[in-house]
Amino acid sequence: MTVPFYVSPEQIIKDKADFARKGIAKGRSVVVLQYDGGILFVAENPSRALHKISEIYDRIAFAAVGKYNEFENLRVAGVRLADLRGYSYDRRDVTGRSLANAYAQTLGAIFSETPKPYEVEIVVAEVGRIPEDDQMYRLTFDGSVADEQGYVAMGGQAEEIATALGESWAPGLSLRDALTSAVAALAAGATDRDPPGPAQLEAAILERDRPRRAFRRLPTARLAELLGEPVPGPPPAGVAESPDSPGVEG
Amino acid sequence: MTPTPGSGRLPGSFMAPGSASFAEFLVALRGESPLPATGTVGEVPHATTIVALTWQGGVLMAGDRRATMGNVIAQRDIEKVFPADEHSVVGIAGAAGIAVELVRLFQVELEHYEKIEGIPLSLDGKANRLASLLRSNLGLAMQGLAVVPLFGGFDLDQGRGRIFSYDVTGGRYEERDHHAVGSGSMFARGSLKKLYRPDMSADDALTAAIEALYDAADDDSATGGPDLTRRIFPVVALVDSDGVRIMAESDMQPVVERVVRARYANPDGPVATLPAGDAR
Repeated sequence: MTVPFYVSPEQIIKDKADFARKGIAKGRSVVVLQYDGGILFVAENPSRALHKISEIYDRIAFAAVGKYNEFENLRVAGVRLADLRGYSYDRRDVTGRSLANAYAQTLGAIFSETPKPYEVEIVVAEVGRIPEDDQMYRLTFDGSVADEQGYVAMGGQAEEIATALGESWAPGLSLRDALTSAVAALAAGATDRDPPGPAQLEAAILERDRPRRAFRRLPTARLAELLGEPVPGPPPAGVAESPDSPGVEG
Repeated sequence: MTPTPGSGRLPGSFMAPGSASFAEFLVALRGESPLPATGTVGEVPHATTIVALTWQGGVLMAGDRRATMGNVIAQRDIEKVFPADEHSVVGIAGAAGIAVELVRLFQVELEHYEKIEGIPLSLDGKANRLASLLRSNLGLAMQGLAVVPLFGGFDLDQGRGRIFSYDVTGGRYEERDHHAVGSGSMFARGSLKKLYRPDMSADDALTAAIEALYDAADDDSATGGPDLTRRIFPVVALVDSDGVRIMAESDMQPVVERVVRARYANPDGPVATLPAGDAR
């Protein structure tokens, strides 16, 4: 009689977590930070069409790093959940907290029930009427959720970037200063290559004073203007650009 | 909406790839259409007249403020013209409860598509979505709870305003220049026909719409005229390349007062010229 091959639960969980961490660490980073007029999202993402940052609802947005098909799946589920809540109750009843809870439950279930965990890390941010009401939730591959204050960094070099942001970020930064410090922090994480220019960045804001849908993307030209750099031309042809972390050398 | 018991994870329909339609998602989730398919009812509030016309910069839509229930005025300040998204508006006539729900669903449908796909639907796509939502109400329409919307928007590809009308079966028809729906629509349409000019300014289009609604209220008891004593004026939406703008009450007041004052001298309104010589 053969003895069934035994692997302890601790080992399974550890292997899964290592696997997910390795996948996420391959990708380029995203930072989310408060500025005086709302919340700013900046991602290193050469693709113009495949987004890492998206609108979920009137005052809620989503940013992700990791495997594109997996976080896209979560993003669509979030839009559906938010629209369903807003349609069933009222637009004001859609909150970042309930969305973060649903994501946490979902990621936790996927992590423990399926052989392959999601290789993603996401931030759900909601802009309040006053800066004190802003909310930023960071969710990791195993469903753990953290309520963050001020700024968040995710992705391959999250620690270096968070350290750099910790030095430059302060409450009440202007959009220009917040963007400059975000880009400098991303550059601090990209020590092995050129710092990202406006053409390699994807940026968006949740504007506090907008009446209904607060989410706005910042196009490349506006980014270049805010960063005081020349407007870049179109990207070179024939170079595949993917927001998917394992496909991107980094 | 509640996660499945046990795992706590979002149900499969949330994670299913492929669809950018909110209405289809609701059907997949609940197994039924969000709009009631059948039912029996007594008398319910009905919304009445909506007019729409194109002008040089886009399209204008206006609706009176009355809802009736049989011979009773159910509400004198109901709103029947709504922004559907950033570049389109929808006005409703018919059973008010179902019509308002239809508009709510339509608004979510357009925004849902825009968020999931990253770009808004084309104007024709929006008009077709409204038609299929309307078709799901056919069962109720046959029992007397018909909803007849009027859809207008600025077509960003063609750079002009366009108007679409519908029938209860979900038939979709593009209208040239101007159209009206609801119980007072035949009077409004007759009036608009004489007042409409190609390439009108926004101000002229606004005046023509108010005149048309006045004429509808003049001959149709279910359409409410401008109520100067209560300051209840028609709801007017202007759509151009910049988006939808609902006219403020303060901007409406002088126009409405001018139209009503002119009617003191000439109760039937502006006079159209005959081909041969003078009007009178």
